[in-house]
Amino acid sequence: MSNTTTLTLRINDEDVTVAFPTHHTLLEVLREECRLTGTKHGCELGECGTCTVLVDGKPMLSCLVLAAEMDGHEIRTVEGMMIGNTLHPLQQAFADLGAAQCGYCTPGILMAAEALLEANPDPTREQIQEALAGNLCRCTGYIKILEAVEWAAATQRGEDTPPAKESIYGSPHAATKGE
Amino acid sequence: MGKTKTPKAEAPLSDAASEAPSEGSTDKKNVASDRPLNLIGKPFRRVDGRAKVTGQTKFADDLHFPRTVHMKLVRSTVPHAEIVSIDTTEAAGMPGVLGFLTGDDMPNTFGILPVSQDEHALCVGKVRFVGDPVVAVAALTEDQAHEAALKVKVEYNDLTTIASVEQAASTPEPRIHDYGDTGNIHKQVSMSFGDLDAGFAEADEIFEDIYYFEGNTHLPMEQHASIAFTEDDGRVTIYSSTQTPHYLHRSLAKVLELPASRIRVIACPNGGGFGGKSDPFNHEICAAKMALKLGRPVKIALTREEVFYCHRGRHPVLMKTRTGFKKDGRMTAQHLQTALDGGAYGSYGVASTYYTGALQTVTYDLPKYRFDSIRAFTNKPPCGPKRGHGTPQPRAAFETHLDKAAHRLGIDPADIRLNNLVPPDSVTANYLKVGSIGLGDCIEAVVKGSGWRERYGKLPEGRGLGLACGSYLCGAGLPIYWNFMPQSGVQIKLDRSGGVAVFCGETEIGQGSDSVLAACVAEILGIDLQDIRLCVADTDLTPVDLGSYSSRVTLMVGNAAVQAAERAREIIAKAAGEKLDVPPSRLAFSEHRVFDIEDDERSMSFVEAVQAAEAKFGTLGTTGSYIPPRSPGRYRGAGVGPSPAYSYSAAVVEVEVDPQTGIYQVEHVWMAHDVGKCINPALVMGQIEGSVYMGLGEAMMEEQVFRRLPKKRSNALVHKHPSLLEYKSPTFHEMPPVTSYIIEDPDPNGPFGAKEVGQGPLLPMPPAVANAIFDAVGVRVDQVPIGPHHVLEALERKAKGKEGRVGPNKFPDYDFGVPLNVPTVAEGGDGKATNQETAGVRKGIGTMKDREEAVGKGGQ
Repeated sequence: MSNTTTLTLRINDEDVTVAFPTHHTLLEVLREECRLTGTKHGCELGECGTCTVLVDGKPMLSCLVLAAEMDGHEIRTVEGMMIGNTLHPLQQAFADLGAAQCGYCTPGILMAAEALLEANPDPTREQIQEALAGNLCRCTGYIKILEAVEWAAATQRGEDTPPAKESIYGSPHAATKGE
Repeated sequence: MGKTKTPKAEAPLSDAASEAPSEGSTDKKNVASDRPLNLIGKPFRRVDGRAKVTGQTKFADDLHFPRTVHMKLVRSTVPHAEIVSIDTTEAAGMPGVLGFLTGDDMPNTFGILPVSQDEHALCVGKVRFVGDPVVAVAALTEDQAHEAALKVKVEYNDLTTIASVEQAASTPEPRIHDYGDTGNIHKQVSMSFGDLDAGFAEADEIFEDIYYFEGNTHLPMEQHASIAFTEDDGRVTIYSSTQTPHYLHRSLAKVLELPASRIRVIACPNGGGFGGKSDPFNHEICAAKMALKLGRPVKIALTREEVFYCHRGRHPVLMKTRTGFKKDGRMTAQHLQTALDGGAYGSYGVASTYYTGALQTVTYDLPKYRFDSIRAFTNKPPCGPKRGHGTPQPRAAFETHLDKAAHRLGIDPADIRLNNLVPPDSVTANYLKVGSIGLGDCIEAVVKGSGWRERYGKLPEGRGLGLACGSYLCGAGLPIYWNFMPQSGVQIKLDRSGGVAVFCGETEIGQGSDSVLAACVAEILGIDLQDIRLCVADTDLTPVDLGSYSSRVTLMVGNAAVQAAERAREIIAKAAGEKLDVPPSRLAFSEHRVFDIEDDERSMSFVEAVQAAEAKFGTLGTTGSYIPPRSPGRYRGAGVGPSPAYSYSAAVVEVEVDPQTGIYQVEHVWMAHDVGKCINPALVMGQIEGSVYMGLGEAMMEEQVFRRLPKKRSNALVHKHPSLLEYKSPTFHEMPPVTSYIIEDPDPNGPFGAKEVGQGPLLPMPPAVANAIFDAVGVRVDQVPIGPHHVLEALERKAKGKEGRVGPNKFPDYDFGVPLNVPTVAEGGDGKATNQETAGVRKGIGTMKDREEAVGKGGQ
């Protein structure tokens, strides 16, 4: 039914030689041949951003890219994000703030956010919204994600500016007792 | 997030924990809340946080086993038809094809509710909507399964298609199902609480409004997936993206005709659920059956289009609300009528039907209340429970109705609500027991935060504020199938390592249930979250929890976990007390130590204390269970609505409307939610913000709607836009800033006083947006979603001197049957109906026997 392509892909700074049906997307090859299931799928039509990976440092929808086109390109997935056994500042901030709830859109958003911070270490909230506008999330209402990206950006710049108390405890009100 | 500092002082350990399952507030389970808290109420990283940000969380489609094959479902292309023939000859010759299943292989019906066992794993005899699965095909690769599925030939004999509630009511034949109250009406309900006529007679004004809430869908980012295989001993195991592994387990046993003990269901973490993965599904049962047939792992992952057709989402509901008011805004009586478009199967629909009326009474005092409803079968994907299950629709109708009433009576919309609040610890007209109610504090918080008193009604043209409230369950009072067993169970295993393993059937769908479970145990044993290992949602290994639905997990799992942990603590304290020569009642557990509260030098580590207990008592383990308190309602249908506690929310929304185009922006949201007590404020905030987001989506854009294909094609009812691009949902750009207020009014029935937060804050959003648009430009859009074209149309009508309103004008004269008459407590009622024997009989159609068969025992 289909031709097979054999290719050495460069994924997370490692060479991986895989054989796959030529018509398969990078998403399929990452998940099925490479067993890198950290990259998720939400539509396989380029509509939700869930499958975002970095290709040569740029966010790309892996469901719209043929793996066969990836010869000579640097691919980065969420599996390549940790530094040794230490979470990347974005991962740290997402985990601590609850910016990942179900966690399904999280790898794609982390990839898009990493590319943003690489290009712009001190983005405004509007710039973060713009950079992540192609990624849908149904759990968080996006707010904790924005706060987490801001927090991680600050951490990467060497600033110690955790999110405001209100974003964790809610805003003070008349019935607030103690804290 | 800062490291939590743990205070040393603790109150003495209470008396021995009860041996019986904890029931409601009668148990001592909340002794824990009398001690200073180390962990509960402070922000901590969710226990699954690291896995989720590293991509290590295994969702169902991330699992792979050697020799896995792939399955596709051939789905109906017509909305209502008899199946004439199925021909798999050509498909069977396709490369890689391994086998097929049809309806004949699985003749037993299933369904989530005992009264609606109306689904087949694959259609038998007829199809009922475009997307109804007819054939399952397995092949070596997913591509091969897909190619083969295209070659399966199904011949249909088309039947009349029912597209709406009105059409269903006027078209009794052909029936979509051969059960239900009559014709194509699945369920009719009529119940009257108190002397309604007397209530309306007391009123100074009576207002009536008609409102329509369009259907919408959950849209979880993860498409449903399952993988099933036979174990080495021949038993069948299925991993699935399900919110309710226990109910799937029961359905599998029924359809596969196997003892439940020969089936293992493991719910993977769900990539979002929102109610959409709460039913047992065709694809899950087919995967298990195919695995048993082929003897190798079978995987199915639904496409996004299939997810839209699986649906089980928000019912479209037309509503008429008629309420009597005194001049001061107090309500004397309400008569609510609702009509639900149920789609092609029962699903949770009977419960949804009752839920469109049940919770109207728990926010504002309604001394007399009547509720009538029908749910119709139509040839569309089945509706079911979505975040708020059946209650956001009547809540939107009520809160906009109340806004209009406030204007007509000249009362501030905040005051009309504050003046009507249900008192705490009261019983409503429909016999719901309300415990804590923080709604007054919620309203005050958003009124103050938004500057309501200074700004409402005074903003420039085009700018407006709207206020609305809501309430939701903390778990349904009754289980879905009638039984006397716990709704939630927890087992704890302790051993000499000091590690604590916690077993529970609860299912993580992103809401943080794993973190709640771990935190409740860690708090009571004075240890860290890192010392706890969870084993969840596995029918082989974990005690039953009914699932992640109806906002039941924090309260029910939390209470069961507290009970199990208290019992473990008691055992350890006995052994440690002996070693330290201190009475166990004087021992405190904190910071990994067990110590005498009168002399903290007399202490031992938690690990040493566990070892002492293991030496004294042998292998260590405890259990905890939770059963909700009994509700006072004794009438038929009283099973829907009771809950151990109710959460409350209030919202103010600010909008900017462009009167030239009708385009509006939500500029800011102030949301206050009464959560009883935060287990983890960071997660509570996440649930509030997520609910605001989803409520805004429903208010502004989301709709699950259908169109007819042309006659010369199939004339089928197909989804208008089954894709993530065209089914509009809010993106980063549409989400406004949200100021959230956490109100803590601890409820005696909640673990540490906690109530739900996952669903409640969605409810005020649609009506708050509608009310804000009215404040901005003086027009009413009495339907959801509110598109710019609706606002513009209302403005144009107003400009022409007509009523500045868009929305339904007519509620059809449906037959709801004879109402059940239930006198209220104030009238001396005892919770029973006075006419249980004759109520419900339709005018001239049906008999009591028919009805009992349809309704089943318990009305659940």
